This record gives sequence, C-alpha cells and structure tokens, in this order.
Amino acid sequence: MAITLDREIGQRQKTWVGSILSSQTFWVLIAVILACIFLSFATDTFATTRNFYNITRNFTFVAIIALGMTLVIITGGIDLSVGSVLCLCSMVLAVVMNAGYGLEVGVAVAIGTALLIGAFNGVLIAYLDFPPFVVTLGMLSIARSLAMVVSNNSVVFQFGPDHDLLLSIGGGAWFFGIANPVIFMIVLALLTGFVLRWTRFGRYVFAIGGNEQAARLTGVPVNGIKVTVYMVSALAAGVAGIIQTGWLGAVTTNIGAGMELQVIAAAVIGGANLAGGVGTASGALIGAALIEVIRNSLGLLGISAFWQGTFIGGATVLAVLFDRIRNLRQSE
Amino acid sequence: MAVLELANISKHFGAIQAVNDVSLALHAGEVVGLMGDNGAGKSTLVKMIAGNFRPSHGTMRMNGAELVLHRPVEARQHGIEIVYQDLALCDNLTAAANVFLGRELRRGVGPLRVLDYKAMYRRAGEIFKELKSETRPRDLVKQMSGGQRQAVAIARTMLSEAKIVLMDEPTAAISVRQVAEVLNLIRHLRDSGIAVVLISHRMPDVFAVADRVIVMRRGRKVADKPIDASSPEEVTGLITGAIEQV
Repeated sequence: MAITLDREIGQRQKTWVGSILSSQTFWVLIAVILACIFLSFATDTFATTRNFYNITRNFTFVAIIALGMTLVIITGGIDLSVGSVLCLCSMVLAVVMNAGYGLEVGVAVAIGTALLIGAFNGVLIAYLDFPPFVVTLGMLSIARSLAMVVSNNSVVFQFGPDHDLLLSIGGGAWFFGIANPVIFMIVLALLTGFVLRWTRFGRYVFAIGGNEQAARLTGVPVNGIKVTVYMVSALAAGVAGIIQTGWLGAVTTNIGAGMELQVIAAAVIGGANLAGGVGTASGALIGAALIEVIRNSLGLLGISAFWQGTFIGGATVLAVLFDRIRNLRQSE
Repeated sequence: MAVLELANISKHFGAIQAVNDVSLALHAGEVVGLMGDNGAGKSTLVKMIAGNFRPSHGTMRMNGAELVLHRPVEARQHGIEIVYQDLALCDNLTAAANVFLGRELRRGVGPLRVLDYKAMYRRAGEIFKELKSETRPRDLVKQMSGGQRQAVAIARTMLSEAKIVLMDEPTAAISVRQVAEVLNLIRHLRDSGIAVVLISHRMPDVFAVADRVIVMRRGRKVADKPIDASSPEEVTGLITGAIEQV
C-alpha cells in the first residue's frame, strides 16, 4: 500500500514530450514552419534576407502588444484600447520631441501616459467592477480622440534634437543585423515568460483567471494584480508605439487603428483562452508570426489583399478548433 | 481548556437576526457536527469564526485570550482554516499550486525571488501521503475526482499549524466512495489534534465521524450534546422544530 501510494503520488501526469505535443502553441509553430518551408519553394522572394527582415519587423509590434494582452486575457479580461493607446503614446512622444525636448523626456512622458491609462482602466475594472469590455471600449475611443487633441490631428515627422536617435532606435539594426524592434520583442517576451512561470505575480495572474473567487478567499491581492495587468497591457502598447514611431519616422492619428483585433487574434491563435486561465508568452509571439506569414505569403503568391481577412480569421477559428476537439476528447 | 470559546454571540443584518445569543466551545481533537436547515445561521456563525463577519454582540476567546478578527487572513494567522463548500480551487493550476495558493514558497534573495516548484511539489506530496490520498501534486485540478479535490482543499489547512478547521458541506456533491475518503481525511485531522467543525446536511456523515453535534434553528442553538447521546431521529426533530430544545 505504502509503495503504491508513494508511486502514485510521485508519478507525473504527462512527460514533457506529451505536454508539448498537447499544446496549441506547438502546433501553431509547426504550421508557421510548414508555411515557411512551402513558401520558400513556391516563391523566389520569400526566403530572402530582405523579406525576412520585413516579416520580422512587421510582426514585432503586434507581438509586443500581444504579450501584454496575454496577461490580461489570462486573468479573464480583455483590453480593446491597445491600438488607440499605441497611437496616443506615439503622438505624445512626437509632440513632446517636436517641441524641442530630448528623447528621454519624450519617452518618459509617453510611458507615463500609457501607465496612467492602464491604471485608469484597471481601477475601474478591479475596484468598481466594470466589465473590461466596456471600460476598454470607452478608452479605445477616448485615447484616439486625445491623440487628435494633442496633435491637432496633424502629421508629425520632425522630432527635434534627438530626431536621428529616435529613427535609429526604431529603424536600425544594432546587433548582428537583427532589426531593433525584434530585439525589443525578444527581450520583452523572455521577461514576460519569466514573470509568468517563475514569479508569484505570474502565479496569481493564472489563479485569477482560473477562479477569481478562490483567489480572493485564499488571500491573493486580486484587485492590485488586475490593475497591474491592465497597466502592463497599456505599457506594452506604449512601448510598441515608441518603437513604431522610430521605425515609421512619422506619426499620424490613424496608426494602430483596428490593431486590437489583430493583437487579440495573435494571442488566441497562440493558445490564450479568452475565458481566462490559459496563455503563454511564446504563444503570443508565434500567433503574431503566423498572422504575419499569412499576410506576407498572400502578397507573394499574388493573391488579392482582399483575402487577407478571410485567411487570418480562418486561422483564428482553426487554431481554437483544434483546442476544442482536444478538450472534447478529454472530457469523454 | 477549550481551543475556541464563543460567548453569547449574535449577528444581525439590519432587522434580520441571523445568529442569536449562541455560546459554544471547541476542543482539540474533537469533531463537532454543526447541523441545521437552510437559513438556520450555520454559515453566518462559521463566517464569524473565519473572520468574514464581525459579531454584533458577544465575544470569542482563543485559548483563553480574546479574539477579534477583522479579515479572513487574521483568522488564518490564528490557526483557523476553512474548507469552503465549493472548495475554492483553481482548475487551471496544479494540485501543488492550489495547496500553496497565497502562500507560495520561494527561493532566492531580496527582490530576486522565484517560485520554488521543487519544494512545493515535495511538500504537497508529503501532505497527500499523510492524508493517504492518491493525489499527484503535478496534476491539474481540472482532471481530478471529487475526493482528490477535497484532498487538495484539506491539504491547504495542513500547511500551517492549524488548530481549528471549519468544513462547509464537504460531502455535498461527491460519490459514495469519495465520501468515505473525505470522512477519513476528517478523522485524520482529528487524530492530529485539530478541532474540526463539520457543517453538513447529511445525517449519516455527521453520525459517522462527529463526536458531538450542535443543532441550530432560526439563529439559536437548540442542542449541543455528545453524538452517542443523540439519534438521527432526535436531530431531525430538532432541525425541523418538532422537538423544541434539548
């Protein structure tokens, strides 16, 4: 009896191979790799340095925001305001730098704006118990409008004394020819992954998504954690906005429009569950990569851009479909 | 000496008198069955002991010293643990993560402290072994049976030196075999010197495991006697009001 009990308790449910094979993120990664292999043979232009450079640079902004979004989604929330927050932060940065201030000041003000918006969202959601959908939908509208207010709805392309530095941060490739935004993305992804797996904060994020009431009863500071995840989400949008400003070299009040849907799609394709409790940093990246590869390949294969939405939407539904099938099989 | 003593405890919410002048004592190594119909005041009474509510009147004493609780965390610090009716588990986390929820073990120094998975798996495994429950610390709670889920919830109470464990309907929604498992867990807690309060609607469970039965009706304590001196018929009468008081 003692031996069997020991063995039973010591046993693992799955080997690590088993748990990788059963993760949605892994299969989406396989899909990305297969698509890349197929495209390398099907087109002359896909497997070129220039195209890879384009792809990686394009998907990083979505991926960076998807990292923050993943935290929000794991707690069972949603943040629809990220596209507008990206725009507002870019515009704040641009206006401040355009007025003659240095890069540090511009970045500090932009980051401060992002944190303030995130805190506002988070406090309404956590302490006043607003539905996240409503609060962030309101913020989607407010932030874009504020971006128009601060810039008087103009295009800013002069960034004062640190103009060249800003453009080099976003558009340069300081290390091994890898585009800077990609470096930012990788660092932020590693950080997010670490926080989710190894810190108490990360554990609480999952606990809130799993059973908020239980988390409260066991003494998890639920409200504080919720405010923090919305601040992180807005911060991710702000950081993406700053880098994107440097990359584009100009800011208009319509950048980031509709981006929230792409970001949510990326997180969901990467395995985050909108019901809460499930999600990974690597999933956010891989989901964003799949979307970009689909977009890129349609262009290279000469398929009309009008089809983009169909393919990306199809990929979203398909990714979740596999998850559903697996769950159905498990529950039987 | 009693571990916990309640003297003339009352609680009202506005005009509603939920608990009315209840006095009772809990002793170490004793299982007390707390019975009563819905709305009899059982939950309110337990929630006062657990620190969710403050009594309107009356005092609580723990080992002779007066006990005033403002929040559930304070009750826990005094060694009062609760197993909630819905168990308060996160399905998406492992058994070990649930056991340690809110009191995670960490290693490292200063701000660079990370979760100590190894220590938590080991300690959770030890507790499950002590509880003689076939529950694997690394399994997700999602995939567990009702009995295993109970073991996880009960294992929480064994992390610290609990003196009192309050259990709210632990056998309400599980199979017969699992009920036996849970009753064994309760006996195990009792044998390690913990005072257990078992709130239950199920007469057979209370009579199988309790040493004493307390019956409440409409906010008042109407019976408090050794289980051997009572009978299911008497308790039923007390709950419904057919028997006024003993």
